[in-house]
Amino acid sequence: MAEYEPIVGRYLKLDLGGRPHRLYVEEAGTGIPLVCLHTAGADNRQWRHLLNDAEITRHFRVLAFDMPWHGKSLPPVGWQDEEYRLTTQGYIDLILAFIRALGLERPVVLGCSIGGKIVLELARLHAATFRALIGLESADYQAPWYDDTGWLHRPDVHGGEVAGAMMSGLIAPQSPSETRWDTLWMYMMGGPGVFKGDLFFYRADGDFRDRVSQIDTSKCPLYLLTGEYDFSCTPEDTERTAAQIKGARVTVMREIGHFPMSENPAQFRRYILPVLEEIRAHG
Amino acid sequence: MARVFERLSDWVNVDAALVRRGRYLSTTFLIEVGEVAWLVTVHEGRVTRVERGPFLMRDWAFAVRASEEVWRRFWQPTPAPGFHDLFALTKGGHARVEGNLVPLMANLRYVKDLLAQPRGRV
Repeated sequence: MAEYEPIVGRYLKLDLGGRPHRLYVEEAGTGIPLVCLHTAGADNRQWRHLLNDAEITRHFRVLAFDMPWHGKSLPPVGWQDEEYRLTTQGYIDLILAFIRALGLERPVVLGCSIGGKIVLELARLHAATFRALIGLESADYQAPWYDDTGWLHRPDVHGGEVAGAMMSGLIAPQSPSETRWDTLWMYMMGGPGVFKGDLFFYRADGDFRDRVSQIDTSKCPLYLLTGEYDFSCTPEDTERTAAQIKGARVTVMREIGHFPMSENPAQFRRYILPVLEEIRAHG
Repeated sequence: MARVFERLSDWVNVDAALVRRGRYLSTTFLIEVGEVAWLVTVHEGRVTRVERGPFLMRDWAFAVRASEEVWRRFWQPTPAPGFHDLFALTKGGHARVEGNLVPLMANLRYVKDLLAQPRGRV
């Protein structure tokens, strides 16, 4: 008999912004809810190694959804006449609606890139809702490494090919070939303009330089982990952010780029297991 | 450094997957290594010509310019953070990309792979 992975995937009916959505969710494990947020222009498959990690699912109920417009979550009805744009408020509403819909009590949120960035606003505005917050490749602001996100959505440049080729540079040279190409495949598959729409949040709307100092980590612990090869959100960006937040914990991950859980799951495990263990120990 | 450019067409043209990836690209682009300029001509994914400057009134689509030291670091078998990718170099101010970027961006994976050919070989 062929073997199933322990991950179960289902579709959740969720109203967002007054419109019905069909959200694809994967989960595995039991215990403390751990909600995982994928990067811009990608989907929840980035978390498959964590979802399959028995050491983690023994103590955590790991959940990862595809954001609307991403992966197997369809855009809302009428999308064909809209330009997709992720905003800070829309992203927060999505995460809170998901947590409420499933009745998750004091979950941990673990997000990467845009997911790491939104964790900062969750920490500032909704600390009491969470047991702990973990931001990967997270900063209050990152200087752009290309001026024009229009390269990602125009008729004479293939959006999937260029997204994959651009993101390839954000992966550490040490990351294994298999997981490197898995990671890039997700970028190559994105819907037209979706990656660009996420970057509106990452680059413009999500500039939190004027507010991260308001975060109170005594209400909710905050962990920030960034890969040394990430030149989009650099270790310096994360360290500068953490310097403004009393009690924020920073780790620079060696031999990792912008996609820790996806590009090099074995290396990431060394960094994330102690964090999850500490969160569990604190109850 | 001359050796890199002497060997470049061999490295690219024997790599069937790389040539296939570049099959829609036919152009000439400039790579600058410090003071020395090289023109690389690609026809349907194959490197057909590599010429050493100086050039007078020569046309090219796009240019990548960096110092010899930066290229050496870029071509290390395991480059250090900031020297591992073309756009890491440009963000860090170590390289400049200029000209008509459409052929570059439309064939980005091919061009990046071409530029990385000397990695671990020099």
